Amino acid sequence: MKLRKKIEEEFFKLLMRISTLLVVTVLGLILGSILFKGLPSLTWEMISQTPKGGFYFGKEGGVLNAIIGSLYLSLGATFLAMLIGLPVALFMNVFMRKYQKVVNVIRFFLDLLWGVPSIVYGAFGFAIMIFFGIKASLFAGIITVTLFIIPIMVRSIDEILKTIPIGLLESTYSLGSTKSEAAFKVVLKQCMPGVITAVLLSFGRAIGDAASVLFTTGYTDRIPTSLFQQTATLPLSIFFQLGSPIEEVKNRAYASAVILTVIILLISVLSRYLGRKYIKNKINF
Amino acid sequence: MMDNSQIEISNLQLSIGKQQILKDINISIPKNKITVILGPSGCGKTTLLKSLNRLTDLYSDVKVSGSIMIDGEDILNTKSDITLIRQKMGLLSQRPYPLPMNIYDNITYGLKIKGSHSKKELDEKVEHYLRQASLWDEVKTRLKDPASKLSIGQQQRLCLARGLAVDPEIILADEPTSALDPVSSQAIEEKFVELKEQYTIVMVTHILRQARRIADYVVFMYLGEVVEQGPAAEFFENPKMDRTKAYLKGLFN
Amino acid sequence: MLISRKLKDKINHKWMLLSLMVVIVLPFVLGIGLYLKSEMLLDKYSLWQLITSTEWKPWSGKFGFLPYIVSSLWVTLFALIIAVPGCILIAIYLTEYAKPWVLKIMHPIIDILSGIPSVIYGVWGILVIVPLISNYIAPFFGIQTSGYTILTGAIVLAVMIIPFMLNILIDILQTTPAELKEASLSLGATRWETIKFVVVRRAFPGIVSAIALGLSRAFGETIAVLMVVGNVAIIPKNPLQPGYPLPALIANNYGEMMSIPMYDSALMLAALILFIVVLIFNLIARLTIVKLEKSR
Repeated sequence: MKLRKKIEEEFFKLLMRISTLLVVTVLGLILGSILFKGLPSLTWEMISQTPKGGFYFGKEGGVLNAIIGSLYLSLGATFLAMLIGLPVALFMNVFMRKYQKVVNVIRFFLDLLWGVPSIVYGAFGFAIMIFFGIKASLFAGIITVTLFIIPIMVRSIDEILKTIPIGLLESTYSLGSTKSEAAFKVVLKQCMPGVITAVLLSFGRAIGDAASVLFTTGYTDRIPTSLFQQTATLPLSIFFQLGSPIEEVKNRAYASAVILTVIILLISVLSRYLGRKYIKNKINF
Repeated sequence: MMDNSQIEISNLQLSIGKQQILKDINISIPKNKITVILGPSGCGKTTLLKSLNRLTDLYSDVKVSGSIMIDGEDILNTKSDITLIRQKMGLLSQRPYPLPMNIYDNITYGLKIKGSHSKKELDEKVEHYLRQASLWDEVKTRLKDPASKLSIGQQQRLCLARGLAVDPEIILADEPTSALDPVSSQAIEEKFVELKEQYTIVMVTHILRQARRIADYVVFMYLGEVVEQGPAAEFFENPKMDRTKAYLKGLFN
Repeated sequence: MLISRKLKDKINHKWMLLSLMVVIVLPFVLGIGLYLKSEMLLDKYSLWQLITSTEWKPWSGKFGFLPYIVSSLWVTLFALIIAVPGCILIAIYLTEYAKPWVLKIMHPIIDILSGIPSVIYGVWGILVIVPLISNYIAPFFGIQTSGYTILTGAIVLAVMIIPFMLNILIDILQTTPAELKEASLSLGATRWETIKFVVVRRAFPGIVSAIALGLSRAFGETIAVLMVVGNVAIIPKNPLQPGYPLPALIANNYGEMMSIPMYDSALMLAALILFIVVLIFNLIARLTIVKLEKSR
């Protein structure tokens, strides 16, 4: 009887170890296969030039249009989402601190929104475009992606702000602060590392998502010079190039995938670095 | 009611949700003395302290009635700006809550709210208040270091300096030495005795010996009510109520 | 001096309220907007007709959603079958058996995995999983396939939702009170029995809601699945056939939306169905978590 129990336990422990190892292996596999297939085709032209004449037939050019387009889009969307999201998170945790029931309802709503797939936002964005007569453009894309990342931004910042002990707020108020002074001068400073991580996380989601920009940004080979022009984005660039029958173009798709992956990894590293930089003023309660 | 009282609390009732925390509180707190609010845990003394600068506004579901007169103004029913009222009172909490900034900025935070902006003025005041809190010598060479680097005793003194910098008339202290080691605790107690000449001090504590050492006036609370209040000497030598006598028995054992 | 501080406070206050309004109104606007756009189609056919018919011929005015819904269900189901047992095992291992440094290393790994964009997962799917299926797994079952199948989509999807569910499961298991485990052990149970009968049982509602959240995430995932699933609108009879999940339907056809009457309504309806299904599962999952936290 005891032996059987022991065997069972060891069996499952083995399964557990294998599963965990598998997950780590898969990460390595993903990064590895992308780099393996993409690095050979990653030339300087790829990141410094826009597609020239025969690009889609295998000739010269690069994906600079997509890189810059994605950056414009994500920076714009992240900035807008911060403009709305940061005040909401601060409001929930400072101004409305005493109405915990209401705040929890808001959190619930936000969690529901977080789960909505990006393609729904994309379809919705498209519907808005038609309604207002906006054409496919950087602008339409920014609005759609902003809506998509607002729940992510608010809830991640909210999770950080939740941890502020009420004693800190009491001390700040007893010095004569108004609520917004407490929010922006004290709470924000205390949570700066976490807020930066949350913002960068949202930025990462914005730049990597394809479904929300599929309908809304159009596509172009040029770098957009105005908000109301269409723009290329990296995820779509990868997607379209991959669909080509020409080997050369497919390889460039893998190279573009490397570019996107590198950007995402850089964001991850950056958020850890910035987090450490701002942590010196944070008090450990 | 004495005529050198700074704070007059009349008929104060406070409840949170369905629970009544403070029942019929009537207290006079004398000017320029150390008033200690004593009592077992759960008796409402911290809530009483926090209602004096209306930090109780921050609690969910709170109902208050009665009046708290400070310098002739009823702060519970006033139309004045509450942030100004709060600046009249400095708060020292159970554990230090330094602001997430460097030492210098911790002190100037309140100063800037009050309107000082010139560097010369700020520098002078920072030194003045750090000296008052007996912290200057230890930090004068590293004013721009983050406050998080200080020891917990130093942090508490920093919070004291920070509170004094907004020029309050009253200092509210909520068990200010409970997180500190004996040496730092003693430093804070001695500091309070020095400061009472300029400020009115209201301190909550559950340490009878501490109260014995520094109190001028004592308020004894039990289950949300004031059981007995009076000058310290009378209170400790000649307690009138049975409950007080029972509580003080612990002191003499 | 004080006036400008008060003014700042008021402006901030108003801005925050405005932002809050935007956030609260968003889900309703989303749902209503999609519904309004689908009305045209819903006027012509009933919802039941639409989701049970199988013919998708927009130019003849026929919109049968069934194949797409079934594909979505298959892909999601298989993804869960692959991902859930593994996730639970890993979460138990990391929280109960592994040394602390293992969990420390796993955290950044899980974070990186969850940050990888779906198009990259799609590329990886094409590079690694498609050949795997067509060269090794399908022949094993005696089936000839290009590799672009429901199973391929399920595998890619499983890998995508694992980091997501893992974080939730780890959080839930870590909140098991030490006293509970100690009580079980002191009654003579082994480590493993404690885990089976006490820890997991207690965390069961949390596990269910993690699965529900994973399900809704899988159901709505678009690009990665689209790239590997074949995009053939049949009702798949086995996982080694290609499929055409609902999000892929929307993504692939948005170009023709405007040229064929009622096509845009159809795609908006698809988006609305997606929205509602995901919302329902999220609701169930979150409510379960709320109940769980209340009972503590």
